[in-house]
Amino acid sequence: MAAADKVDPIHQFHINKIVPIEIGGYDLSFTNSSLFMVVTVLVASAFLYLATSGRHLVPTRWQSSAELTYEFIADMLKDSAGTQGMRFFPFVFSLFMFILVANLLGLFPYFFTVTSHIIVTFALSVLVIGVVLVYGLARHGFGFFKLFAPSGVPAILIPLVAMIEVVSFLSRPVSLSVRLFANMLAGHITLKVFAGFIVSLGALGGVGVAGAVLPLIMTVAITGLEVLVACLQAYVFAILTCMYLNDALHPGH
Amino acid sequence: MAGDNGPDGTGETGPRNDRKGDIRDDELERRRRELGASLAARHPKAIEGEDNAQAGGSTGYGQAFKLSSEFIAGVVVGIAVGWMVDHLAGTSPWGLIVFLLVGFAAGVLNVLRSAGLVAGFGQPKSGAGPKDLK
Repeated sequence: MAAADKVDPIHQFHINKIVPIEIGGYDLSFTNSSLFMVVTVLVASAFLYLATSGRHLVPTRWQSSAELTYEFIADMLKDSAGTQGMRFFPFVFSLFMFILVANLLGLFPYFFTVTSHIIVTFALSVLVIGVVLVYGLARHGFGFFKLFAPSGVPAILIPLVAMIEVVSFLSRPVSLSVRLFANMLAGHITLKVFAGFIVSLGALGGVGVAGAVLPLIMTVAITGLEVLVACLQAYVFAILTCMYLNDALHPGH
Repeated sequence: MAGDNGPDGTGETGPRNDRKGDIRDDELERRRRELGASLAARHPKAIEGEDNAQAGGSTGYGQAFKLSSEFIAGVVVGIAVGWMVDHLAGTSPWGLIVFLLVGFAAGVLNVLRSAGLVAGFGQPKSGAGPKDLK
């Protein structure tokens, strides 16, 4: 297994059961994925709790960073969904913090990246679309379906256009989840492959060690890029959530 | 803001608003508005920059990734819906064929939308044609 670790860039995504639990034939084990989700929630909560516990009028660095995150999301939500959108603030903010912290935690060596599994990101995006659907239907009733029939389209074309719009709507959670998952997966695999080059080149000795400097530089650069990607993906997920929520708040106008 | 404490001579930050008269409040209010205005002037630029760099580190790669994921999502959902229709109604293979085509159309629509060439679902873009009418 030790030899396989080196050459197998997929190994980091394996799910291991920590506490096997099985209820009614379903496998509900507490896995390393679950562990890191718990860690993510704890880290995010601890950061916000500790950073805001002082409540200084002139914020400390920690408090200032927490306020910065808060205002960043609040502004984003207000810009894209209007002031009415602020009722979804806790939802969007939790999503953003969860994804951001999960992405950043995944960058630590030997840590598991929760968001590199499509089922996790898909669950998150289905949650978003579910909120959009339920809230849109509850608030606008049948009027919500105006979303699928854009105005200015000839009556004959309405069924076809509506069908396309429905498929387009349904594809949102898919593209939302695929984007987050694929970015994290691809980044971590690239990182692992380049890091693997260092080890295998270094094992050659002499010239190999000198050559290993190149992938080392690359790995450092990619790690920096990955930090950026981790933040950007959380941002993208949050802003798309805001835009979808805007549809639920103001359909068809 | 820290520099503003100098001329006052008070050196206090918060409470002075309450203690001193309206002039100070007005002054602060005016400064805050000026700051807000100058921030707002910079804001659109910043947002645009972030949009360009949205999905990835380098702009081109991010853009390509975003658009391809949109397109693939449309096709995949089309296939899934078609397969389910077939499965439920027993119309194989017609549901799959029809919804695959619809999925392609939806994928193209997604791409155009995410590239900003077609107005989004609810939000009519400025100058985006027929959808503005409503």
